[in-house]
Amino acid sequence: MNLYARRRVVNWVGLTLSILATLFGLFWLFWLLWTLFGNGLQWIRPRLFLESTPPPGANGGLANAIAGSVILTIVGLGMGAPAGILAGTYLAEFGRTSRFGWIVRFVNDILLSAPSIIIGVFVYGLIVLRVGHFSGWAGAVALALIVLPVVVRTTENMMRLVPDSLREAAAALGAPSWKVTIVIVYRSALPGIMTGVLLGMARISGETAPLLFTALNNQFWSTDMSRPFPNLPAVIFQFAMSPYEDWQHLAWAGALLITVTILVISIAARMLLRRTRS
Amino acid sequence: MSSLGAAKQERESESPDAPGLSSVGVRSRSLGDRFFRGLTGFFAALVLLSVFGILVTLLAGSWPALKLFGLKFLASKEWNPVTGQFGALAPLYGTVITSLIALLVGVPVSFGIALVITELAPRWLKRPIGVAIELLAAIPSIIYGMWGLFVFAPVFAAHLQPWLTNHLGSWPILGLLFEGPPMGIGMLTAGLILAIMIIPFMAAVMRDVFETVPATLRESAYALGCTTWEVVWRVVLPYTRVGVIGGIMLGLGRALGETMAVTFVIGNAHDVHLSLFMAGNTISSTLANEFTEAVTPLYTSSLLALGLVLFVLTLIVLIAARLMLMKMRAREGERT
Repeated sequence: MNLYARRRVVNWVGLTLSILATLFGLFWLFWLLWTLFGNGLQWIRPRLFLESTPPPGANGGLANAIAGSVILTIVGLGMGAPAGILAGTYLAEFGRTSRFGWIVRFVNDILLSAPSIIIGVFVYGLIVLRVGHFSGWAGAVALALIVLPVVVRTTENMMRLVPDSLREAAAALGAPSWKVTIVIVYRSALPGIMTGVLLGMARISGETAPLLFTALNNQFWSTDMSRPFPNLPAVIFQFAMSPYEDWQHLAWAGALLITVTILVISIAARMLLRRTRS
Repeated sequence: MSSLGAAKQERESESPDAPGLSSVGVRSRSLGDRFFRGLTGFFAALVLLSVFGILVTLLAGSWPALKLFGLKFLASKEWNPVTGQFGALAPLYGTVITSLIALLVGVPVSFGIALVITELAPRWLKRPIGVAIELLAAIPSIIYGMWGLFVFAPVFAAHLQPWLTNHLGSWPILGLLFEGPPMGIGMLTAGLILAIMIIPFMAAVMRDVFETVPATLRESAYALGCTTWEVVWRVVLPYTRVGVIGGIMLGLGRALGETMAVTFVIGNAHDVHLSLFMAGNTISSTLANEFTEAVTPLYTSSLLALGLVLFVLTLIVLIAARLMLMKMRAREGERT
């Protein structure tokens, strides 16, 4: 085979393999979604949202787990997002070139990719061991720690997109710098910052590992955050691993519910981001 | 485990350093300003504090076990709650092996995806492919686990495993990896599912660093008559090498700590087997399974020590990844 033919063949083989790799990646996505809808859709019934998790063999739904997850997510976001926005503000407004800013940025990136189960273990040591029992609060703190780096990162990036001339114009009019940040920078970066919060929300909605030994789980309807707290991921884990078929059906329904919620939030975040950038 | 945004966020580059308001000369000493700066600074410090807190908590919690077992903790594969003997070897081995399988499968695939998005796909297809791959990252870990256990593992046991045993099982050394009954679950399954989970992260980083290659470089290569493959392999890849390796390390960091998906499919056995078909354990799956069952203080402490090992491992990998990606960005900065 001459040189040109060989190069053509290598090119053809390489590109074909790349296209196959892409199809390979997409294939899993469709297989996963197919399975989820195939196994879960039939068990999505009104009862799912009205009744609490049943003992094996009885009828029931996931109402307590769904409500618990919603509460945990909201409380987790309520703690993590404001902290993240403020820390991101520091990085964007005061710490752009300072050494402290560099370190925080670096450590934040580490926290962003740290295994979530480690965060669960940390909160276990920090709260559960001291208080002596599992609680919804501990779960919410664990989730907040997962939201934190996501929001810090997005907030900083989005605030940096605001041109400095805007800041300078406001400062020239005599506004103190805290006012410049709050009235000018926040306002123009708001959609971007909201994107970060949405991304954080998408990330914690399905988190299981950090809840296993913080919020634990609760079979019954509960709104008492100082006790073990019901949540959807833990219920899915428990029910899916169980030998009872009706429990497994509920697990599939819950899995479908979580995935659809997360995909919707993710796509909303993406649309918001695109509108911001254009 | 992560979301669509995480993949995006992990690779978003910092904008070139502008001085920021405080250093433009607008520096005010008013009370309001000092308060605001202090407040935001406090939360920035909170980020540092939490990572530091994680380290301290893990160290303090694992101290009794580490003091008792010493370095033997890492070398012993004994894990017996009844006799109080704990060693990290089996879960550590499982963690490393499954992550390596994930990289072995995931890296070429991610490279292919990045190549298709940056070089091959027509403009209108780039975005949908990118979005679809990132959705793969948004699906939570536990969903991968369920799907892996109930859907993938049976298919794997019925078709792929017998095929591997028949074709590779009789090879001299390689064959040892594919011995044993086709159970569907095990280290190979866990590794493959991990691969699917980290592909979006690595592909996203690779796509981004590929896009940093100056158009003139790429076009010059095409003008010399290079084929697309040659442009990517000989020009784009050498130029972006640091960034690509950084992206791979980021994927490795994910794979090492991934919990729920692995817990479902790895089989949870404290064993060290050469065969990838056998059930095993990873650090994270051990934690997920046993943490709430640990009754003696030594048991809990040993589990915390496992957590410490995992955290230090991921810390090293992630720091290396970040430094490499930063180097990539710094070079990009020099150019402009």
